[in-house]
Amino acid sequence: MLFRTLADPTRRALFERLCREGEQTVGALTARSGVSQPAVSKHLGVLKQSGLVRDRHQGRQTHYSAQLGALAPLIDWTSQMAGFWQSRFDHLEDLLKRMDQ
Amino acid sequence: MSNTATETRSVTVEREIPFPPEKIWRALTQPHLIEEWLMKNDFMPVVDHRFNLRGDWGAVDCQVLAIEPNKTLSYTWAAMGLESVVTWSLTPTGTGTLLRVEQAGFRPDQQQAYQGAKFGWQKFFGSLERVVGGLS
Repeated sequence: MLFRTLADPTRRALFERLCREGEQTVGALTARSGVSQPAVSKHLGVLKQSGLVRDRHQGRQTHYSAQLGALAPLIDWTSQMAGFWQSRFDHLEDLLKRMDQ
Repeated sequence: MSNTATETRSVTVEREIPFPPEKIWRALTQPHLIEEWLMKNDFMPVVDHRFNLRGDWGAVDCQVLAIEPNKTLSYTWAAMGLESVVTWSLTPTGTGTLLRVEQAGFRPDQQQAYQGAKFGWQKFFGSLERVVGGLS
């Protein structure tokens, strides 16, 4: 779900901006996104469904903010490093075969 | 997954390798050999020596903690907000060596993850893109 949500470049750009710049309105996000407001709203809806953003209504404005906790499954370093060390073990074994004594 | 600020976790990978500990030790401790299977480095087998491992994505800051030739080697490993310790152990078997690496450390809390994300964002999503590409 997270992968699919962030695979779309426009959606990913919106999420990155919310991460970097903090909470913003749909209008502010649209102004610099290069796509229409309905398209931005649709992308934000998908991000919200995945738990990556949260919305907050204030008057007629809707403010969106990034929910970094939702990225936890992706930044679980132990699973990243397990894969990293497995591949390094492969390289190490290749090297040992090439080394003399 | 909980949101506690810090939480020690570890990852262990081990493999039986058909070579004696002495030979594997050389690959773990000689800079030109380390470079061939891990990363470019300025490692020296001296306790307290500080060194870097350099990949095309950035550098890992390390410091040697303990050395027992042909048996164990441990060093700190700090990168992208992760503070950890990597410990190698070599145990001779009848036909070779059981090589084990354990990495133990603190999972970044959300604030650190945010800082890490800011610095490593492009890289992070670059990798993500490759993972996504590999899914279909």
